[in-house]
This record gives sequence, structure tokens and C-alpha cells, in this order.
Amino acid sequence: MPLRISVVDSDLCVGCFSCVLACTRRLGLVGYGKSAIRVRSLGAIERGHIVVVCRACLDPPCAASCPEDALKPREGGGVIFNPDMCIGCGYCVGACPFGAVNWDDDLNKPIFCIYCGYCAKYCPYGVIKLEEVR
Amino acid sequence: MEALSKVLHIDLSRKKFWVEDRSNLFQEWLGGVGVGVKLLQEEINGKVDPLGPENVIIFCVGPFNAAYPMGSKVVALFKSPLTGNLGESYAGGRAGTALRLAGYGAMVIRGRSNYPMYIAVHGGKVYFRDARGLWGMSSSITVGRVIAEREPMAGQRTIMRIGLAGEKLVPYACVVTETCRHFGRLGLGAVFGSKNLKAVVVSGNMALPVKDKQAYREVYDRIFSLAVTSGLMRKYHELGTPMNVNPLNKLGGLPTRNLTSGRFEHAEEMSGEALASKYLGRRLACSSCLVACIHLAALREEYPHEPYFYKTSFINYDYEPIYALGTMLGVETGRGVLQLIKVVEDYGLDAMSLGVTLAWATEAQEKGLIDLGDLKLRWGDVDSYIKAVRLIVEGSGVYSDLAKGVKHCATKYGGEEFALHYGGLEMPGYHTGPMAHLGFLTGARHSHLDSAGYSLDQKLKELPSPGEGVEKLTGEEARRTVLNSLVVCLFSRGIYTFQLISEALKPLGINRTVEDLEKLGKEIYRERWRVKLKLGFRIEDLRIPERVYETPAGPWGNIDKEYMKAAVGKFREKIESLI
Repeated sequence: MPLRISVVDSDLCVGCFSCVLACTRRLGLVGYGKSAIRVRSLGAIERGHIVVVCRACLDPPCAASCPEDALKPREGGGVIFNPDMCIGCGYCVGACPFGAVNWDDDLNKPIFCIYCGYCAKYCPYGVIKLEEVR
Repeated sequence: MEALSKVLHIDLSRKKFWVEDRSNLFQEWLGGVGVGVKLLQEEINGKVDPLGPENVIIFCVGPFNAAYPMGSKVVALFKSPLTGNLGESYAGGRAGTALRLAGYGAMVIRGRSNYPMYIAVHGGKVYFRDARGLWGMSSSITVGRVIAEREPMAGQRTIMRIGLAGEKLVPYACVVTETCRHFGRLGLGAVFGSKNLKAVVVSGNMALPVKDKQAYREVYDRIFSLAVTSGLMRKYHELGTPMNVNPLNKLGGLPTRNLTSGRFEHAEEMSGEALASKYLGRRLACSSCLVACIHLAALREEYPHEPYFYKTSFINYDYEPIYALGTMLGVETGRGVLQLIKVVEDYGLDAMSLGVTLAWATEAQEKGLIDLGDLKLRWGDVDSYIKAVRLIVEGSGVYSDLAKGVKHCATKYGGEEFALHYGGLEMPGYHTGPMAHLGFLTGARHSHLDSAGYSLDQKLKELPSPGEGVEKLTGEEARRTVLNSLVVCLFSRGIYTFQLISEALKPLGINRTVEDLEKLGKEIYRERWRVKLKLGFRIEDLRIPERVYETPAGPWGNIDKEYMKAAVGKFREKIESLI
């Protein structure tokens, strides 16, 4: 079965950004700029946080919105992104109901989760985990 | 241009911004306080009015911000309106990562806007935004929420702002960032206010290159694992800084009722354990730090006019406000302390300076030195203290004196012997022995975090000679300047040995041996003292309040005056030989 990152309980999230930093560090870079997973507060930090990441939809709306062949539904849920086919139109960003499609400002193309689980390894509080798509 | 080398200059008078490449400065001084002190040397002198347009606000980050765990802090340097000398203050929240990932190593704000504004730094541009509508709002928390709604980049930004206290130029006003972190000490909030600057928003979303990707990930993993498994961070994580309340009380080192005692009979009520079990509602972390030392109490209060209507506020509590607004004022309940903290957060005041000033005022009123009008300050009376805070921020008559801090008050009204300040900065919450007070005295910013004398007091078996004591403290202070140049949180000082720092710098393309780092620490220490002396600091003016000698200090009993005098002499020799 294909894997995805699931948000187990966002109330456990302390907002350390270890997962966000991990996603960009996976590519050997420091920061947030290439991260497919994002964290933000619920309007104010004392109200807690939400974690936004691709939930690997069975019928992904992002793929349906792509005018090129850059986004292909993955068997069992999620998408496979081919940046070589992407023209940077940004339709996929608007199509995702979770706002989970991020943007790479350097490449002017979207960022897609590859369901590798690197971020989850660095979550000290069990907020997220790599699991099979259900 | 490497991101860390870029210094963003913002001129509020001319509504202009520009970027300078200062590669040499960062290569030599690493970042953080190292670079900040050099920038401060360039910008100000003894004549600069701390509340004039010629004062500058310098924010600096360093190579570990966003790059390694606990690399979460940013340092602010300015001329302090409270002491008239070095202003140096640190905050976490999202500020360190945001500035670093905005692609800057430092940000220098100068001038004065002709009307209230806030500035927003996004994607290489600075936006000057009208804040006239935000000026005069009663709560710094609300100001943050309004700006949060209006500005983009949630999660990747910091919103540093002032409350009414900063607008009213209270010289111990703080800057609040992300609701519950602070540039607390030495009055950065008043400097913001004097510039008509309500807030600074910075967003950062970059991906910065390193020299050796694989080695970078390996070192990161080692540090991450140390932070999670070594136990070195556990105390901060579980109970947070209020874990200190009970042990310090037991030791007799918990300043109580203006340091008439080192023990407080109600300390248990406001201990980390009690607050966690009764009130702890959420824990938070700074960006790029997994520790989550920030503890928020959920305080549920019933509205007086309507049954079954409740307000639940999330209030950040730490050891220092518990000391300053709790034990120092004889407040007997955790609830009372939380209520006071809430008011102080709304106004944006340094809880420590305020609490020590209120403690002085309580005693001065008892002794008939000051006339507070109808208001009677009584130890433990939370309502009277809340009223006093409001009057201080409104600032008329005697309250405008209380708004200037304890040194000013004692100079004007007397009571110097129980005015607890060092170099004009109100005393931190440790009465553990001679090293703590020697540290407050000799530290460049008179903070307990300069050299952690309170920790030495608890570790040492016997009193070192005055010379040795000074060496231990100044050595630790020099070491800490390196941590403050990276800029990592000082809570991680047990993890970041110079050996580890050296290894962690390497993949980032910075080669520094342990010896290099030791040398750098000493050099920054020296340069910072150069700034202090340039701004008119005189070691011969250093004083220790009589009260400190009168009240037995922790396990050491009464502190010996002659010992302290000899130590200050040694310290003076040391600084003179350095400069």
C-alpha cells in the first residue's frame, strides 16, 4: 500500500518547526523554502498549531486541475509530480482544499510531498507519522 | 552575497531601506552579539539620546539560526533608556528563524517616523505601514492579532510589537514577540515607542545552501539526538523554568518581599509543579527548537456581571515573572501571579524591572518615603498592584517616577539601601550567594544570564578567592558570547560545547577550532566592554544594595562586604588590563 504523512493530533504540536526544517534539509538546504509540509498557528500562537501536508487523496483535485501532464494520480492515493512537465501555472495550489501545495520561489513551481517520511522522523511529539493510505 | 553577510538598513525618518554586504564583519565576528557589538560601535556614542532618532535598534542572527536545533534566538542591541548604557536583549519565538530565512544577518533600524507606523519585511522588500489606528490600543496581544490578520506568511514570520508602555516611553517597556516571548530587559520597547514604531514584521521562507550537505545532516542528527535523549533539556521541557521555584526556596535563595527574606512561605503555590497541575494548558516551542520550554497557563475567570460566562486566557509563565510579580510582592497564589502577568503582557512591560520597582515602592510607602495618594500597596494585594501598574503606564505624579525604575526612585526619594538594582537594571531573581550578585554586578548587561553566578553558588563547595571568582564569572561570560553569536538558546549550553560548535560550523563552510572560539569569546567580551565604557560606564560607580548584605543568601549565609569589595577591585583590574 502507498504511504502518506498523517497528522495524528495537531494539539500535540508545539510549533518547533522541526518537520518543516527537515523537509528542506532532506535536500541539504537550511530553511523552509523547499518544504512540502507547513506549520502555522491558529491565528495566535497561544491557540495552538495546525500542520498542513498532502493527505494523499484517492481522487486528487490537484491532479485534476493540472493542464499539463505534470501531476499524475498515484495508485492508491496521492500524486506523482513531474517538474519537467510543469509550466508553473499554479492551478494545483488553488485546487487543494487543504492549502497543502506549497510554492518554490526559486523554481517558480509547486512543491509536492513525496511521502518519504523524513519529516516524521524529526517530530519529537508524535504529531505526524508515516502510514499507509487508508 | 551570502545571506548571513547582508545587513538590512531601515531609516524611519526617510522611509528608506538599503542592503549592505558586510562579509568581513561576519567572517570575523561570526554573527549575533559578536557582529551586533561591532555594528553598535559604528553607530552610537555617549552623546546619543536613547530615546532620540539617533539611537539605533540592531537585530542580529548567526550561523546556527534555523540550521541547528535550539538555534532560535535573535539579539537586539541598542542604547538602553533605562541605564543609559549598553542595551542587549534576546528573544526567541519565530524571530531568529524569520530574520535568518529572510536572508539577512542583521537589521539596523534608525531615525524616527513622523507618525506611528509598523514595518513589514517580506521577500527582499520593506513596507512602511500606517499604524496610527493601532497606536493607543490597550493590549499588545490584540495588536499582534490585528497585524497577523493583515500580513502574509503565517508560520514563517515574527511579529515584534510594543504595548502602551512602549508608546508611553516607560524605560523598562519590553517588545513582545509571538504573544509570549520578549525582548524583556533594558527597555527596547521604549526605543520602539520613541521611533513611533509600533511593530516589526519579518517573514522568511528561504532555503539556504550549505558547504557540505551530507556532513550537515549528520551533525544535525547528532545534535537533535542529544537534545531528545541526553536529558539535558528535560527540565526545561517538563516544568519549564518555574522548576526553580521550589529548590531556590529550599535553599533560601528566592528573593521575597523586596529581599527581606530568601524564603517565601507560599512559594509552593507558584512552583512549577503546582502551576503545571492546576493551570498548564499548552506548551510551545520557538521555531527551530524542539524543547518546548514555553508554558502557558489556561486561566479561567468568571465575568462578574453575568453568571456562567467565562473568559479563558492563555498566560505564559516563567520563573522570572513568578519571582518579580509573585514572591517579591508577597503574592500568595498562583492565580494572583498569573493575573498580574496578564496585565504586564498587555502593557508590554519588563516583568522583572516592574516587580522590583513595585517591591521598592511597597517598602518605601511603609517607611513613609513616598506618597502614593489613595493607593495603599500591601504585600500580596494583587488588586492594588494591578492598579499601580495602570497608573505607572499612565505616568503622572509619583507614578511617573515609578515608571523610571528603582534607581531613579531611590535617587529622588531615598531608600537606596533597599533599591535592588545593578547598574540601573533591576535585580534578577537569585539570592543564592556571592557569585550571583558578583555576576549581576560585573555582567555586561547586569543579567543573571551573563555569567550565571547563581549556578556557581549552587555548585561550589567553598568560596573561591575574589580573583578566582571574577575569573570564573568573566570566563563563563566570554564563553556565552560565542553561544550568543550563533545565536543558540542559552538553555542548550550543556549541549553546545566548543568542540561540537566547531564541528557544526564546518559543514556550513565556517572553519573555527576550539581555540579560535575561545579567542573569539574573549574578543567579543572585550569589544562589548569597550562599548560600555564608550557609553560612559564607570566601574567605580558599581554598588551593591545594603539589603543584599542584610538578608542571608542561600547556603552561604550573609555575604561578606569585604569579599565583594575585593572582587570588584579584581574585576576593575581585569577590565583595565583588557582595554
